[in-house]
Amino acid sequence: MAEGLLIEGRTGDWEMVIGLEVHAQVISKAKLFSGASTRFGAAPNSQVSLVDAAMPGMLPVINAYCVEQAVRAGLALKSRINLFSVFDRKNYFYPDLPAGYQISQYSQPIVGEGDIVLDLEGGATRTVGITRLHLEQDAGKSLHDRGPAATHVDLNRSGIALMEIVSEPDLRSAEEAGAYMRKLRSILRYIGACDGNMEEGSLRCDANVSVRRPGEAYGTRCEIKNLNSVRFVMRAIDYEARRQIEVIEDGGTVALETRLFDSEAGVTRAMRSKEEAHDYRYFPDPDLLPLVLDQAWVDEIKAALPELPDDKKARFIGDYGLSAYDAGVLVAEKDVADYYETAAQGRDAKLAANWVTSELFGALNKAGLDIAHAPVSAAALGGLIGLIADGAISGRMAKDVFAEMFETGKEAAAIVEAKGLRQVSDEGAIEAVVDRVIAENPAQAEQCRAGNQKLAGWFVGQVMRATQGKANPKLVNEILRIKLSG
Amino acid sequence: MSIDNATVAAIARLARIHVPEDDRANLARELSNILTWVERLGEVDTEGVAPMTSVVEVALPRRADAVTDGGAADDILANAPQRDDGFFVVPKVVE
Amino acid sequence: MTPDLTGLTGLTGLTLAEARAGLEKGAFSSRELTAAHIEAMAAGRGLNAFITETPERALEMADASDARRRAGEAGPMEGVPIAVKDLFCTEGVRTTAGSRILESFVPPYESTVTANLWRAGAVMLGKTNMDEFAMGSSNMFSFAGPAINPWRRQGDRTGADGRPLVPGGSSGGSAAAVAARLAPGAIGTDTGGSIRQPASFCGVVGLKPTYGRCSRWGIVAFASSLDQAGPLARTVRDCAIMLGAMAGHDAKDSTSVDRPVPDYEAALAGDIKGLRVGIPSEYRVDGMPDEIERLWRRGVAWLEERGAEVGDVSLPHTKYALPAYYIIAPAEASSNLARYDGVRYGLRVPSDDLTEMYEKTRSAGFGAEVKRRVLIGAYVLSAGYYDAYYLKAQKVRSLIAGDFRQAFETVDVVLTPTTPSPAFAVGEKTDDPIAMYLNDVFTGPASLAGLPAISVPAGLSEEGPPLGLQLIGRPFDEETVLRAARALEQAAAFDAMPQGLG
Repeated sequence: MAEGLLIEGRTGDWEMVIGLEVHAQVISKAKLFSGASTRFGAAPNSQVSLVDAAMPGMLPVINAYCVEQAVRAGLALKSRINLFSVFDRKNYFYPDLPAGYQISQYSQPIVGEGDIVLDLEGGATRTVGITRLHLEQDAGKSLHDRGPAATHVDLNRSGIALMEIVSEPDLRSAEEAGAYMRKLRSILRYIGACDGNMEEGSLRCDANVSVRRPGEAYGTRCEIKNLNSVRFVMRAIDYEARRQIEVIEDGGTVALETRLFDSEAGVTRAMRSKEEAHDYRYFPDPDLLPLVLDQAWVDEIKAALPELPDDKKARFIGDYGLSAYDAGVLVAEKDVADYYETAAQGRDAKLAANWVTSELFGALNKAGLDIAHAPVSAAALGGLIGLIADGAISGRMAKDVFAEMFETGKEAAAIVEAKGLRQVSDEGAIEAVVDRVIAENPAQAEQCRAGNQKLAGWFVGQVMRATQGKANPKLVNEILRIKLSG
Repeated sequence: MSIDNATVAAIARLARIHVPEDDRANLARELSNILTWVERLGEVDTEGVAPMTSVVEVALPRRADAVTDGGAADDILANAPQRDDGFFVVPKVVE
Repeated sequence: MTPDLTGLTGLTGLTLAEARAGLEKGAFSSRELTAAHIEAMAAGRGLNAFITETPERALEMADASDARRRAGEAGPMEGVPIAVKDLFCTEGVRTTAGSRILESFVPPYESTVTANLWRAGAVMLGKTNMDEFAMGSSNMFSFAGPAINPWRRQGDRTGADGRPLVPGGSSGGSAAAVAARLAPGAIGTDTGGSIRQPASFCGVVGLKPTYGRCSRWGIVAFASSLDQAGPLARTVRDCAIMLGAMAGHDAKDSTSVDRPVPDYEAALAGDIKGLRVGIPSEYRVDGMPDEIERLWRRGVAWLEERGAEVGDVSLPHTKYALPAYYIIAPAEASSNLARYDGVRYGLRVPSDDLTEMYEKTRSAGFGAEVKRRVLIGAYVLSAGYYDAYYLKAQKVRSLIAGDFRQAFETVDVVLTPTTPSPAFAVGEKTDDPIAMYLNDVFTGPASLAGLPAISVPAGLSEEGPPLGLQLIGRPFDEETVLRAARALEQAAAFDAMPQGLG
């Protein structure tokens, strides 16, 4: 336990204990138990089958692809795949839960224990336990603000497949929780099991938070429901931990309760509607049979898994000589990693990493674009990096070229050619310019020879100016050093 | 197992069925009788017996991931006691 | 009985097979046959066998059937009118499940089983009365009032002490309609005896197929692991014909089994020489009336006379079947009935408060027996009680299924009485739920094990109303069950007519 993660209270140090339950919407065309579409943003109740609306006599039939997605996710989380799992009914009343029960998996989930490696500040890593992953149906959507006395219910979301992924209470800070969310999202996106879009609700997080004195038993936890951004997860946890510490230090006790995060006020509040103790009366859904998987089928899925972020990161460090930090940044998104590898193909890999993480990311960020919509293709960026490595253009000039590439979508070589930007590396030509500049500035040359180092830089500037920046700065420096040496 | 009035009230709440206070004692007696009767299962030695998980001995059928349903909001809403603008409507829920 | 094929009244006396034969020969049209039954249905309203009559639709379907027959496209049940338990969802026709909570529910879909029957050419007369959500053995628990058994106690012109007899339940309306010649056949559902027990009470044949044989899609669910649709008719052959049309795999029901549907009618042809029949001594329950015992022995003799080898088998966990059933079925029901919440369909009692809306709606919408079972079900699943009740019951269920598996290693069918008593009067057994539950003592075990079982009328009780014998078979061996039932039927030669034909 790192000392730095403790929170200082009035009466001493405290440790946070955090476990996350993440609901990840499975990427599939149709719902988990019905043939209705999962498309986001349709007109209310237009993507609802009789099954999703729990009409009398309707029965669930499971979507094979959703099962495959859950197995894929389980394998990617290095978890045990349970070849025998059971669907249970979780019974409770709510207007957006049409059947009065949610089909979920309780005592026998499809995926058991596994683990996930967090990428922390400065390239450090930490392994956190996954307790389980199970398949379940999403509920519909209740809108509480469409009328003064009414709640409106849209069942389009009702029945969409979710994977609930539960972590061990291994997380010790909001930062670790944030890293967990980012890594989990990264893995799920790599394998195409979830798009990770938290704004649209495809990834939602419930955080179980408690505090304790270091080394002591777990304290009473509170569950913060429905956090829909990584930032909110972190802010809610920070607030909640400090709130609990205050309660305890004021002589109170933390109540086991469900809370909501008010992102505007930055505080958590106890939920009013869920005060009653829940008794979900889980039992195996008699409309379904146990889900039995074939090990050979699981092995096939495993063999077909793409390279996952941790493996890719290790390869980037090993093969490209990248720092753990850079490698971590590049592999976080598969699209970025693919882009990087294409750009770096046959080039200076470290240089390519710098260009992707600084120039490209900076420009994308500024333009509000993601990598899939980058105006500069990976191959084009590779071309630019090639020109730098060849000495055809300077790093300084390359930035201008890149800006134009980003603007116009043109190839680097074409821009360099059209603007005559090709770097001059002809020693004779540079020497001639250097001689001319020295001849034109005899006084400065004298001072420089006398040891005024400031003027050495001034001469470089003069030469670059005289060549419209095209002279190879390395050669310019070298030649000036010889010519101006005492 | 004998069920008292408070337990009747608690399960009725769980099952969302209003049971007037006057009916609780009678219901408690009826439910207690039924529970006492079913508790004779306690006589059966079920040590090592697996609970029945499915009546039919077949594998869970899985369907292909294809959109085959939906697009019938009118059918879905046709029997609704209260609806508005394509939504089902219920008394306001406070979270 | 020689049916009168010319007069309309004669048409209602035909068995389903006879009616089919008459239609094939062109002796009468489906419209004539259907009109005769519509008339009977109207005349028999005193029985309250139907919750919803659909005469217009029946005549439309009959006309369409006659047109198909003229076009040479007759299905296996072409033109035959039948009655449908009001638990099967029928597109555009109100489906109530016998409950006030669904009093005005009109499904926009058709159940698989009824769709199969219409595809076979059958015609719908209407939706029959039943115990609410199929919970009951008397048909007294219907929001539409009790259905009445057309049979009466001897010397009692109006019934016991002036009270009519119950038809049994929950498929009471279907059984009463078939017995009273309001329909040549009807479909019902059986969860713990809901086809067989009313069939026995009303002197008709009722078959519960193997769990998974008929699709449950579109049948309002009571207890999902037990519910199974089946036919009620006046002969074994008629049940075979109907089952052939009803059965089949349905991709929309995960518990429906994908195996071919045999020609059940053809299976009746053989004899029962060498058929091994098991008699389970555990069905000789305390307090069983002598006449039931005698009926059972008579059944043994009939089968032996026809060449069957009758021997004892042991089903040691029989007496635990009903207690297990009365944990499992209510548990599943408590969850299945949670959808009746006044939000998407059905009754709503308005309130400004959501929880109050739920509680008032469900309190007003459900009858006393349904409430009892939903509460028991919620209780046995609740935290701290699950293992002691529900899990224990499912373990006992495994043992009961195991008993049958073992018995079927040495016998082909098991013969038992269907019910421990003949039909009782409306109003009897209502103050003690358990006394009512005991009606299913002989039918419950086969339900828990998912086995096919049939009730065949075998004679009249001393009081007058009929009594049935039950045959239970191996999973998906309806053919043997039907063949044995046919032998029993021939031996019993049950031809008594109910008094209250209306």
